[in-house]
Amino acid sequence: MKLFIPGDSAAQSIGADEVAVAITAEAAKRNLDIQIIRNGTRGALWLEPLVEVEIDDKRIGYPNVSVDSAPQVLDGTHTSIGEVEKFPWLAKQDRITYKRVGIIDPLSIDDYQAHGGFKGLARAKEMTGAEIVAEVTESGLRGRGGAGFPAGIKWNTVLNAKADQKYVCCNADEGDSGTYADRILMEADPFTLIEGMAIAALAVGATKGFIYIRSEYPTAISQMRKAIEIAKPLIAGFELKVRVGAGSYVCGEETAMLESLEGKRGVVRAKPPLPALEGLFGKPTIINNVITLASVPEIIASGAANYKARGVGKSLGTQVFQLAGNIKQGGIVETGFGITLDELVNGYGGGTLSGRPIRAIQVGGPLGAYFGVDKLATSADYESLIAAGGMLGHGGIVVFDDSVNLAKQARFAMEFCAIESCGKCTPCRIGSTRGMETIDLIISGKDVAKNKELLLDLCEVMTEGSLCAMGGLTPMPVKSALANFPEDFSENIQGGK
Amino acid sequence: MSLIIEPDFGTPASKKIETVSVEIDGRKIEVAADTSIMRAAAEAGIDIPKLCATDKLKAFGSCRLCVVEIDGRKGTPSSCTTPVSDGMVISTQNEKLNRLRQGVMELYLSDHPEKCEVGSACQVHGMAERVGLTEVRYEAKKTHLDIKKDESNPYFNFDSTECIVCNRCVRACDEVQGTFALTISGRAFDARVSSGGKNFIESECVSCGACVQACPTGALKEKNLLTIGAPDRSVITTCAYCGVGCSFKAEMKGNEVVRMIPLKAGGANEGHSCVKGRFAWGYASHKDRQLQPLIREKITDPWRAVSWEEAISYAAKGLKEIQSKYGVDAIGGITSSRCTNEEVYVVQKLVRAAFKNNNVDTCARVCHSPTGYGLKQTFGTSAGTQDFESVEHSDVIVLIGANPTAAHPVFASRLKQTLRKGAKLIVIDPRQIELVRTPHIEAALHLQLLPGTNVAIINALAHVVMTEGLADQKFIDERCDQEAFKEWAEFIKRPENSPEAMEAISSVPAQLIREAARLYASAPNGSIYYGLGVTEHSQGSTMVMGIANLAMATGNIGRKGVGVNPLRGQNNVQGSCDMGSFPHELPGYRHISNSDTRAIYEKLWGVTLQAKPGMRIPNMLDSAITGEYKGIYIQGEDIAQSDPNTQHVAAGLSAMDMVIVQDLFLNETAKYAHVFLPGTSFLEKDGTFTNAERRINRVRPVMPSKTGKSEWEVTCDLAKALGYQMHYDNAAQIMDEIAATTPTFAGVSHAKLDGEGSMQWPVTADAPHGTPVMHIDKFVRGEGKFVPTPYVPTEEKTNRKFPLLMTTGRVLSQYNVGAQTRRTKNNVWHDHDTLDIHESDAEMRGIKDGSWIKLSSRVGETLMRARITDEVAPGVVYTTFHFPESGANVITTDYSDWATNCPEYKVTAVQVEPSTSMVNVAHHGETGDAQLKSIVRMANQIAHNIPALSAPEIEVAHHLTQFWTPVMRQRLQEDVDPSELSDVVKKALELVKQP
Repeated sequence: MKLFIPGDSAAQSIGADEVAVAITAEAAKRNLDIQIIRNGTRGALWLEPLVEVEIDDKRIGYPNVSVDSAPQVLDGTHTSIGEVEKFPWLAKQDRITYKRVGIIDPLSIDDYQAHGGFKGLARAKEMTGAEIVAEVTESGLRGRGGAGFPAGIKWNTVLNAKADQKYVCCNADEGDSGTYADRILMEADPFTLIEGMAIAALAVGATKGFIYIRSEYPTAISQMRKAIEIAKPLIAGFELKVRVGAGSYVCGEETAMLESLEGKRGVVRAKPPLPALEGLFGKPTIINNVITLASVPEIIASGAANYKARGVGKSLGTQVFQLAGNIKQGGIVETGFGITLDELVNGYGGGTLSGRPIRAIQVGGPLGAYFGVDKLATSADYESLIAAGGMLGHGGIVVFDDSVNLAKQARFAMEFCAIESCGKCTPCRIGSTRGMETIDLIISGKDVAKNKELLLDLCEVMTEGSLCAMGGLTPMPVKSALANFPEDFSENIQGGK
Repeated sequence: MSLIIEPDFGTPASKKIETVSVEIDGRKIEVAADTSIMRAAAEAGIDIPKLCATDKLKAFGSCRLCVVEIDGRKGTPSSCTTPVSDGMVISTQNEKLNRLRQGVMELYLSDHPEKCEVGSACQVHGMAERVGLTEVRYEAKKTHLDIKKDESNPYFNFDSTECIVCNRCVRACDEVQGTFALTISGRAFDARVSSGGKNFIESECVSCGACVQACPTGALKEKNLLTIGAPDRSVITTCAYCGVGCSFKAEMKGNEVVRMIPLKAGGANEGHSCVKGRFAWGYASHKDRQLQPLIREKITDPWRAVSWEEAISYAAKGLKEIQSKYGVDAIGGITSSRCTNEEVYVVQKLVRAAFKNNNVDTCARVCHSPTGYGLKQTFGTSAGTQDFESVEHSDVIVLIGANPTAAHPVFASRLKQTLRKGAKLIVIDPRQIELVRTPHIEAALHLQLLPGTNVAIINALAHVVMTEGLADQKFIDERCDQEAFKEWAEFIKRPENSPEAMEAISSVPAQLIREAARLYASAPNGSIYYGLGVTEHSQGSTMVMGIANLAMATGNIGRKGVGVNPLRGQNNVQGSCDMGSFPHELPGYRHISNSDTRAIYEKLWGVTLQAKPGMRIPNMLDSAITGEYKGIYIQGEDIAQSDPNTQHVAAGLSAMDMVIVQDLFLNETAKYAHVFLPGTSFLEKDGTFTNAERRINRVRPVMPSKTGKSEWEVTCDLAKALGYQMHYDNAAQIMDEIAATTPTFAGVSHAKLDGEGSMQWPVTADAPHGTPVMHIDKFVRGEGKFVPTPYVPTEEKTNRKFPLLMTTGRVLSQYNVGAQTRRTKNNVWHDHDTLDIHESDAEMRGIKDGSWIKLSSRVGETLMRARITDEVAPGVVYTTFHFPESGANVITTDYSDWATNCPEYKVTAVQVEPSTSMVNVAHHGETGDAQLKSIVRMANQIAHNIPALSAPEIEVAHHLTQFWTPVMRQRLQEDVDPSELSDVVKKALELVKQP
């Protein structure tokens, strides 16, 4: 009997390990010969721990298994979602990057290859660097870390830079609240990231690479390290290492990440020079997010045309959305760009967990905009979200019900910045603290009109004056809260709801 | 008379040659590609507001005041970090930009004192006013206004309440100084400048002042700004400490120096400084300054303060009496490397024209005389080949017997910058000096040789070059004397010079020597820098020639990035040597025996010059002891403390009838003086210093002379009192005379220097702006000359009684005999000399860190405290000689360089024992005819060092006539038992006898 019990951090956090122990014990008791595979999560986090039992090549899913209900899994009497592949929530997604996530044994290279792994790298080895870069450019793949910069153009800059050493760096410092796509991929399908990086290295002539993972991801760190050890012979010529962050949000900003990788304080560098020309240790460097790089193997394996057939406008391919916050069915939704926010939060998400009406959603992490329900019809793609006054960011969506106070959320944005700012540029370093203090005055009802004006002036200085996106985007949640939820900032509602 | 403000272009100049066109605020501007928008604007006279940018540091982009708008680009990039590109159209002023700038200043002022203690020296309020900010609207709760001031450094304060966290101090410490003592601790609002979690005095800070200079606020400021007040005028002048020769702005309030600010336009230092030049000049107004002339009959008498006239006539009378009684050669003078070229020139003129002999020597005798000799023999000129900037073009740098981070700190910073950019360093030194391993720097190789084995190593390096096919044969063929090369090549390839043979002598593993030779020889640009660890040896001159041989063999001469570079110890060692301070040379290194040269001076001075070399300092002292030499005029040198074998110096001085000391302080030598003439500090001098790169820098009086006279005036007065008319209206006239008589100085005048800033000699019709790199197309002597350099071990050897080898050096905060630095607050860092000893040697003797020890050598003993360290290897000990009470030179011996008599300070066999007593300084008595002993030793030493070629006696004879006084040669012939002399010397004497 073959069982799949996720070893994913989210599943672990609600008892997956204990369930695995319980099932093992129960099987021993029953003298049952079972094989347990600790796969990654399928991404339907609200079903975790989701135990799957393989019967006749079909994997039957048992959701929310507990230690108590574990025996029922062996009996086949546990509540079931039926065949997992056909579970509508998963079946209607379009999984490209997450193709193998939750399906395979994460550290089995045979399993990986059996599911199409290393096809991209094999094809890349037959191509010139320029051809690989052209294919990636053609696919329309854009940076999934938040900036949305076309990956092919970045790669091309590194390809054409002349240097004795080039690097490929993967930014896995996934610090946005409500995001976890990088973590799940690294835990569930680490070889995909390795393959993507190896292809990038081939494309631009890099021989060394680093994966910069935040220290809060211990499972991802150990999983990646093990996977690199296993994959070593297959990526010969490309030396890949994991580096662990030290708890700074700003190190998710690419230049601060480079500083940290070089062993320095994680502060932002001014650009230019672009990291593509003068990156790690001053050498040309590809820096991409986990999802960007993990999308590459399939693009090369199946061709750019296949990838770009998905999506809308300039947002091509698929996006790995992450639903979080006060949501009923939270988890990973990978689908082509162009799905509406409503389809995501109400369709996939099933509305709030509390059952109360949605009042606000924040798209794109702690620096993303707060939208009211009037914006739910917006298409989830780079351009439409910008047009709506927000941004896609890393694709996280956090849902709030009608108990939320947006003045407090605006304050939280400033507070987050006041804690996480690297402290280099003035607008971010001092502005965030002053912003927090000023919102406090507004909340307490003191000189509201004057302080609102001051807050907006400060937002302009931070947006236009900050050195990087940290200070530059902190005003986005603040201003969107002010614009979309003015009633929470009015003089009459002291202290908010 | 006003304050000089050097322009600040915000970012360093672009190194690109090609230019681009941009339009800034409607003005078309042509600038070098890669220039920042900020600098492009500044060069065109458009001053974009800035606080975190300064042109000594790389652009950082943190203050966000310098934002601009660029047509066709989104946002408001910072102009300091954005380079221009062709066709760019930029606006630096508009309503939006101004709003942003006001917003930034409003944030700054929300966490800044309402009134700054240092007034307008803090730019924050001024900038707020400039951008039109009238009101700070924030009700700030969180501020840093209650942080306590760090006043621990003796020269500057750190007041964090004024700090705007622009990082200029941190960046200056990293990029300019290279010490990495400062950092930012915390992040976001809590980000603060930190000296590593300790206060400044306990931190790694070396007080170079770069952070203070970089700070745009009152956070890091000189204490004097608070105690004296804001300066109202500045004078550009030159530091009087080491041979780097940094240019400074002396910022004055009335006649009081408020602060010394390194000059960005300074050719040697380009705006950097060290703790000595920047801060340690307070000695000039120290209460110990002796400002009135003093005389006495006997050195046991008390001093009597007299008028200048009385002192001068008393001195002249004494000298005249000696000459009439003992002959014209019974007196002489010593010039000082601390004095200006003009002062030195006048002293040697006094000796040659008024004393009518050639008994003039200089304190360079005890430091770089072997450099003069060695480089003259091989290259044809007694000077380093490069400017300091050259090191930035080096790929491999060999550092021999020098400790630049302590002794030449500003050059060390430049070197460290080069090393951090990827150049490789080879250190050849008995000690683990700081540059062997310091933050972000590690020497590729450290050849930790035993003191006294330099020549063994340099020969082994050259052996590898010649036997492994690493030589630059093309360079040798085109540029060098072929005869001499063949002879040298044959010599150097001998197995006795192989690394394997030299390993036993030097204790450096042969493999390490081979690696070093390969690294240096294979570098596109390899340069050699050296200090007194090369020269102050019995084979100092041999080593200098060995270095020159190695550089020639590898073709590392005659362009940027290469060369042979002595790091001069004192501000004007180069200059004092250039000015004819040696007894055998007239200004410009022209031998006294040359009648054409003599004729130039005889005509101008109206005298007849002696054609034979005069006495060197040790000869003067030896002759004093034997009673033939009776009077001396010593300007600015404390030979009783600085020269070796103190007791011998004391015996010599005590035997004289008229010792005239001209100095700032009643120094150790003044204890033996009959006349004391007050000297002037560099702050009172008018003239020039010449640094280690041959750069002639102006020294300008920032205040009137505290003695009422210039030093050169006093020298002229003494000449007049002796009956020789010597008169100049000002120092510029002296330089005019130097230029008129010395070909390498032909194009030099004070007026021209004032225009050019500085010039490196030769300054001639062909090179009217000076010569940064020498020997470009050919050597000064025509063809480069290889000289065989056999290794001859020093006679100073360890034995059971004296089992350790002692070597000496400097620390950063003190300078030489400490006469100046000991009279400043620098004592905070170093208030006594220590004996550095390895743990194993200490343990064996029961010596603990900090405990008192007795240090003894064959000539004397002294007491000091031990410092246990692994900077020295087992068997080697090290000390400094900054404090007279520690008496390091009581220990050092009479041994000296065979060619120049430069003392062998760097090798003394010693014993170290624990001591309970703290009473100091005993010495072993001297017996017999000291002069005769020296003559015998030196003659044999010369013969040993001149390799056994076809007829070595000819070379020895030539050396004796070139450098020895007639009296010494005569004694060698008449008074010495021939059995004490080597065969070569005997043969040479036969030749000397012949007409």
